[in-house]
Amino acid sequence: MTLHRRLIACMAVLALMATPALVLAVDDPSEMLSDPQQEARAQAIGAQLRCLVCQNESIEDSSASLARDLRRVVREHVAKGEDNKQVMAWMVSRYGNFIRLKPAFSAGTLLLWAMPVLALLMGLGTAFLFYRRRASAPPPPPLTEDEKARLARLTKD
Amino acid sequence: MSTPTDNLTRRRLLMALPLAGAGVAGFAFWKMLSGMEHGSFNPHDINAPVLDRPVPDFPLTPLPPTEGFTAQDLQRTSKPVLVNFFASWCIPCLAEMPTLMTLQGKLDIWGIAYKDKPENTASFLRHSGNPFTRLGDDHTGRAGMEWGISGVPETFLVGPGGVIRWHTATPLTEETINRVLLPLAHRLQTP
Repeated sequence: MTLHRRLIACMAVLALMATPALVLAVDDPSEMLSDPQQEARAQAIGAQLRCLVCQNESIEDSSASLARDLRRVVREHVAKGEDNKQVMAWMVSRYGNFIRLKPAFSAGTLLLWAMPVLALLMGLGTAFLFYRRRASAPPPPPLTEDEKARLARLTKD
Repeated sequence: MSTPTDNLTRRRLLMALPLAGAGVAGFAFWKMLSGMEHGSFNPHDINAPVLDRPVPDFPLTPLPPTEGFTAQDLQRTSKPVLVNFFASWCIPCLAEMPTLMTLQGKLDIWGIAYKDKPENTASFLRHSGNPFTRLGDDHTGRAGMEWGISGVPETFLVGPGGVIRWHTATPLTEETINRVLLPLAHRLQTP
């Protein structure tokens, strides 16, 4: 009974935690651009921008007032016809690379971006070495009489 | 075929590697933490790109009785100016005010009231004292965005010619002022 009740409580908490993800952070529909294509582009840009107040949310997800201001700026720039790179440049020149949720590819982030490939190569290399060593290992010595007898005993039934 | 001595050296090497890794990581953490102790490492200082750059253009409404200020005013000064973003709704700003008051006479402080009502700013300064020689109102937060602030209080030291020389996103303390800010302001003033 207690377990049952606990399970229900657990599910209620999970449901509560999941709800905010379904709610659009745009507090006010008037924030949105009237052109659906431009609005979609603004949302795509905003999803790449870190909210500097709640640092692991994008500005599209955050309801912090700074995030709202930045959303508005993104939409202003999109409405002016600027491309994604120009809007990103505006943000980075003010808030630094930290505002990018996805780090840019540069000399400083080379190792970061190359890591999956490097890890794969290292894994393949290790696997290859193990495989070669096993292939070249001498065959195990034949079983002794004692071992043969034990094996026979074990496999009898 | 590997000999037992070979195996031993390899095993020692394999054991030494994680130890060396842990040693390096330990040193790095110690370095970072000891830096934090002296205030030279600030994990919240996320918007360092403004450093050593000219002040941005920013919109600011003057708050009477002062005349407010623009980027051009900052470029024209021959003395370093401390630019402080604050708000009456911000508790750390309230806590920072006495420290700012001690700077009066030592350094020009220009204030920007961030996302605040002029009447609230006025009553805030009546209660805490007013360390600002110039004061502007950034009601929309647009000036804050141009400067790249992510909250209040944030403080910038602008050198002669309008170049941002120092920045902090935490409330000023007596220690920061004496150890970093005033020596830097002095160096900027006497080239």
